[in-house]
Amino acid sequence: MLEEVIIAGFGGQGVMLIGRLLAYAGMLEGKNVAWMPSYGPEMRGGTANCTVIISSEEIASPVVPYPKSIIIMNKPSLDKFEPKVKKEGLIVLNDSLIKQKINRDDVAVVRVSANDIADQLGNLRIANMVILGAYVKKSGVVRLETIFKALEKALAGRNQNLIKINKEALKKGAELVKE
Amino acid sequence: MGEKILMKGNEAIGEAAIRAGCRYYFGYPITPQSELTAYMAKKLLKMKNAAFIQAESEIAAINMVYGAAATGVRAMTSSSSPGISLKQEGISYIALAELPCVVVNMMRGGPGLGDIQPSQGDYFQATKGGGHGDYHLIVLAPSSVQELVDLTMDAFDLADKYRNPVMILGDGLLGQMMEAVEFKERPKVDLPDKGDWIITGCKDREPRHIVPFDLDPSVLEKWNYNLGEKYKKIKEKEVRYEAVNTENAELIIVAYGTVARIVKTVISNAKEEGINIGLIRPITLFPFPEKVINKTADNVKKFLVVEMSLGQMVEDVKLSVNGKAEVNFYGRAGGIIPSPEEILKEVKKCL
Repeated sequence: MLEEVIIAGFGGQGVMLIGRLLAYAGMLEGKNVAWMPSYGPEMRGGTANCTVIISSEEIASPVVPYPKSIIIMNKPSLDKFEPKVKKEGLIVLNDSLIKQKINRDDVAVVRVSANDIADQLGNLRIANMVILGAYVKKSGVVRLETIFKALEKALAGRNQNLIKINKEALKKGAELVKE
Repeated sequence: MGEKILMKGNEAIGEAAIRAGCRYYFGYPITPQSELTAYMAKKLLKMKNAAFIQAESEIAAINMVYGAAATGVRAMTSSSSPGISLKQEGISYIALAELPCVVVNMMRGGPGLGDIQPSQGDYFQATKGGGHGDYHLIVLAPSSVQELVDLTMDAFDLADKYRNPVMILGDGLLGQMMEAVEFKERPKVDLPDKGDWIITGCKDREPRHIVPFDLDPSVLEKWNYNLGEKYKKIKEKEVRYEAVNTENAELIIVAYGTVARIVKTVISNAKEEGINIGLIRPITLFPFPEKVINKTADNVKKFLVVEMSLGQMVEDVKLSVNGKAEVNFYGRAGGIIPSPEEILKEVKKCL
């Protein structure tokens, strides 16, 4: 199996973190993984993205010009990456911030009101977890339980109290995707 | 087998260095390798008989390495392209003083201040000397985070074995990306004793000097010849490379580091189109794997060198092929990473 996903949004929306969780979960499930950030002079409010590759084989090129899937948190990122998704690929987007229609009819699209759901859960900053939950359920690339494990590692220590609400957000996102 | 850990390339070098016994790090931050400096600060400042210094400049840092290495400890510095240029004087001094140390260069776009994206524009600087005078570093070119770990550990052994500075030549992409790594148990290596040359205080013995000069040309010439003998030995014994699909290939791509990984994708994409190509990936850039390239040129008549530069390693490939086959070149510069698609297009042009 080979999954190549680009995760993009505003700096501060947590796209790097969910990329790392995904890579970590892939590793826990015994796959080869690579996580590669864009690292320009980026800052809060600018756009940022990372590429995650999860594969049962050795990972060759870490550079992915045409990803199989994209997780999109804001409009500028959709404009940039929508044309690049492979045929029969997957677009998971943050419906709270992106109202425009998708021009592609050869890909699957999952719209998630990530900000609204996060807000209802009581913390806008977990919108990234909502969208990750939806992506994991739809793509089946790793199990949601493995993401929980990765989360426990990532938030160990002083952020431990945040694990519960992040898990809730992941579950909510997954529930949005029908079997 | 150790546990797998997800680590950023830069941090993995730091952990590998510490596990290899490096307790002395001197550096100055620069993107895209600053995580390495930060990692060494976090770890070494808590250790006994260790030192981390963020020097006032790159020039100071390399000279601190000189001093530390002269006492026999394992010492390291790291930077990215513009910072490595600043270190060249010190590296040249260390080369003549024959001190073991490790210098890491996570290359970025140049020349000048350039940019902060990945590049391979420092190949000439790394393999042909870099500073003034007649010398070589041993240059290792990793292409994955795991290899950053393994080669960093090897680098300290090679440095001690030959009393020679060793450079890890990576790039911004390798430094920034995360992959799963394992810190394997390593077999014990027999290394020469440092006791007869290190400077540790001359109580009860004659003083020693470690100096990078001799004003008598007949003495300095002998010294140069000795260095030459050492480089010859390194060329005989330390060449490393990876060969992929070189049997019956219509064309061989020669690439190192990040680019070599992209080429592996090109090889499988080409296969799907019925094109059979192979890869020779130099792991040591000095010594360069000239023999295997020369031998391969007996059977394969077309070579393509791909680099993130305007063409530097291609010169060594041409020297190795020595006219026996056609050598083509494709490069991207300024921090642009070539895609598998564009490399395959280049392959087709050559065939």
